[in-house]
Amino acid sequence: MSGASVAKGRHLPNSLTSPAARMVKSWESLLLVVVVVIFIVNSFASPYFLDPWNLSDATYNFTEKLMIAFAMAPLIIAGEIDLSVASIMALASTAMGYAVTQGAGTPELVGVGVTVGLLCGVFNAVLVTGIGLPSIVVTIGTMSLFRGISYIVLGDKAYTGYPAGFAYFGQGYVWYVFSFELILVALLAVAFGVLLHRTNFGRAVYAIGNNATAALFSGIRVGRVKFILFLLTGVMSGVASVCLTSRLGSTRPSIALGTELEVVTMVVLGGVNILGGSGTIPGVVLAALVMGLVTFGFGLLNVPGIVMSIFIGLLLIGVIALPRLWAQFRARRG
Amino acid sequence: MSNFKKLLVSAALATAMFANGANAAPKRIAIVVKALGIGFFDAVDKGAEEAAKQLGDVQIIYTGPTKTTAEGQIEVVNALIAQKVDAIAISANDKDALVPVLKKAMERGITVISFDSGVAPAGREMQLNASSTELIGKMLIKMAADSMPKGGEVAVLSASATATNQNAWIEAMKKSMAAYPNIKLDEVAYGDDMADKSYREAQALMQKYPNLKAIIAPTTVGIQAAAQAVEDAKMVGKINVTGLGLPSEMAGHVHSGASQGFAIWNPIDLGYAATMIADELAAKKAVAKPGAVLDMGRMGKVTLDANNEGAMADPFFYDAKNVDQFAKIF
Repeated sequence: MSGASVAKGRHLPNSLTSPAARMVKSWESLLLVVVVVIFIVNSFASPYFLDPWNLSDATYNFTEKLMIAFAMAPLIIAGEIDLSVASIMALASTAMGYAVTQGAGTPELVGVGVTVGLLCGVFNAVLVTGIGLPSIVVTIGTMSLFRGISYIVLGDKAYTGYPAGFAYFGQGYVWYVFSFELILVALLAVAFGVLLHRTNFGRAVYAIGNNATAALFSGIRVGRVKFILFLLTGVMSGVASVCLTSRLGSTRPSIALGTELEVVTMVVLGGVNILGGSGTIPGVVLAALVMGLVTFGFGLLNVPGIVMSIFIGLLLIGVIALPRLWAQFRARRG
Repeated sequence: MSNFKKLLVSAALATAMFANGANAAPKRIAIVVKALGIGFFDAVDKGAEEAAKQLGDVQIIYTGPTKTTAEGQIEVVNALIAQKVDAIAISANDKDALVPVLKKAMERGITVISFDSGVAPAGREMQLNASSTELIGKMLIKMAADSMPKGGEVAVLSASATATNQNAWIEAMKKSMAAYPNIKLDEVAYGDDMADKSYREAQALMQKYPNLKAIIAPTTVGIQAAAQAVEDAKMVGKINVTGLGLPSEMAGHVHSGASQGFAIWNPIDLGYAATMIADELAAKKAVAKPGAVLDMGRMGKVTLDANNEGAMADPFFYDAKNVDQFAKIF
C-alpha cells in the first residue's frame, strides 16, 4: 500500500517513483494477491469450487452490482455520491413490469428500463448540479422517493409474466459458461476503464475530485461533468435493473433492497478514495471479485452469511485506516 | 508465510473431511430460511435435525441470507446447487423471484420443496403449509368453546377489515360454529394490528357485551392487546382471550390467567415434516403430484391438492404447561 499521497499523484508526469514500482506497491496489486489467495483457499476448501458452471453461477453474485459500481467509481472520485441506485433499479423494474401489462415486447422493456434509469439520473443531476444541493442528501431523498413510487404502484403485489425472450439478459449464455451478464460487465469494464483513464473527461473527473475550484478555474465545466456522471449512474442502474429483473423473472417493490451499500462497499474496497480524487476501474473489478468469491466460497462451506459481512466490514475498515496509519507512521519517522 | 501454510493445512484438512463425508454419502437436505438469526426458523432447524436423526443417513444444511431478500436467497441456492445437495426445502422471501433459480436446481436433479412461505408452483415440487384455513378456523372456535362448556357469547378482535388471512380464517371459523349451537358470535371488531387501537377495541367489546365469555383474536398483536385489556379491567377468569399468538409474547398472559391457551403453528413440527417429505421425494419413494399422499413420520400423512400444496396439521395449542418451553424459541 503506497499511501494516499502517492495514489493522488498517479497521473502527474513528474512523479518521483517509477511506474513499475508504483504498480507493485499499488492497492490493485494487493487486491490481486487477495483474489489469488481466496481462489487457492477456496479450491482446497471445497471440491465443488473449481467447476466452470459453478464459477459461472457465482459471477451473478456481483455482475449487476459491478455494472453500477463502474459508474459510481467516477462519481465518488469526482467527490459526489449516489445512494439512490438501488431505488432506481426498483423503479425501473416496476416500470418494466407495468410495460409488460401494456403488452410491451422484449426490446421495448429494455428501452423502458434504461430510460427510467436515465431519467432518475437526470433528476438527481438537476438537483445536485442545477440547484447545488449536496449529493448525499439529495440521493438519500430520492432513495426513498423512487422506491416509494414502486411501493405505491405495486403494494404487496408483483409483476410477473415477462416474455420468454426477456429471460436472456439475466439467465442466458453467450457462449459456453460465459453468461450475457458476464460478457456485458467485461465490455463495460473496458468502456469505463477507457473513459476514466484514457480520456480528457476522465482527467477532468480526477481534477474535480482533487480540487473542484481549481478545476473550475482551469476551464473544466465542473457542473457538466458531474451532470454526466449522475446520468451515467442512472443509466447503469437501469441496465442493472434490466439484468436483475430478467434474472428474477418478476418485480416486487423490495427488489435490490440494500444494493446501494454493496455498490459503495465495492467501490471503496477497490481503492477509490471516499473523499474523492483517486481510484481506478481495475481496482473496482478486483474488489468485486474479492466480494463475489468470498461469498461463493463461504456459501459452498455453508458458513453463515454474517461471517462474510464481518469479513467485508473488516476489509473496508482496513482499506480506510491503513493508508492513514501508514502516513502517520512515516511522518513520525520524519 | 507460516500463516499461509497454516491456511493451506486447514484447507487440506477441510478437503479431507469433505472426502470422508462423501464416502459415507449421507443425503444432504438444505433448509433455506428467510434469514438467519430468526427464532422461528432456528426452531424449524431443530425439527429438521430431529427428522435427520430419525432417518439416519441424512445431513441437514441449515442456511439462509443475512437479510430477508430474494437476491440473498438466490446466492444461497446457487451455492447449494454447486454443492449438488440432494434436496432443498425453502421458506421464500419472494414467491416469484426464486422461481428461475429453483427451476435450475430441479433441472440439475435436486428435489425442491417449499414450506411456510411458499414458492409459485413452477419453482417447487410441493408446498407444505403449516396449517390450512379450515383447520385454523376450526381451532379458533374450539379453543374458545373448550373454555366455556356451557356456551355463551364470544367476540372476534381481528387485524384490519381488509386483511386477507384474517378474513379467511374468520370465515372458516363461522362455518365451524355450526358444531357449537350454544355459542353466539356478538361482533367482529378490527384493531388494525396496532397495539393501542386493538386495546381500545377490546375494552369496547367488554363494555358493549357484559356477558362476553371469550375474545378470539386471530392476530399476534390483537391477542396480546386483548389479554392486556382483560387484565387491566380485572376480568381475568371471566373472559378468556384466545386466538393466534407467539409463545414469547403470550407466556405472561397465560400465567396471569387472562388467556387459558392459544395456538400457532409449531415450527419444530414444520421443520420435521418438511425434512421427512424432502427425504421421501429425493429418494424417489414418492412423486409430488395432485392427490399424492406423502408420509411425514410422526406428523402423519399429508394429501396434496391441485396446486401440489398440503397442510401439515392443526395449529399447535399452547397453554400454561408448555408455553414457557416454547417462549424461549419464538
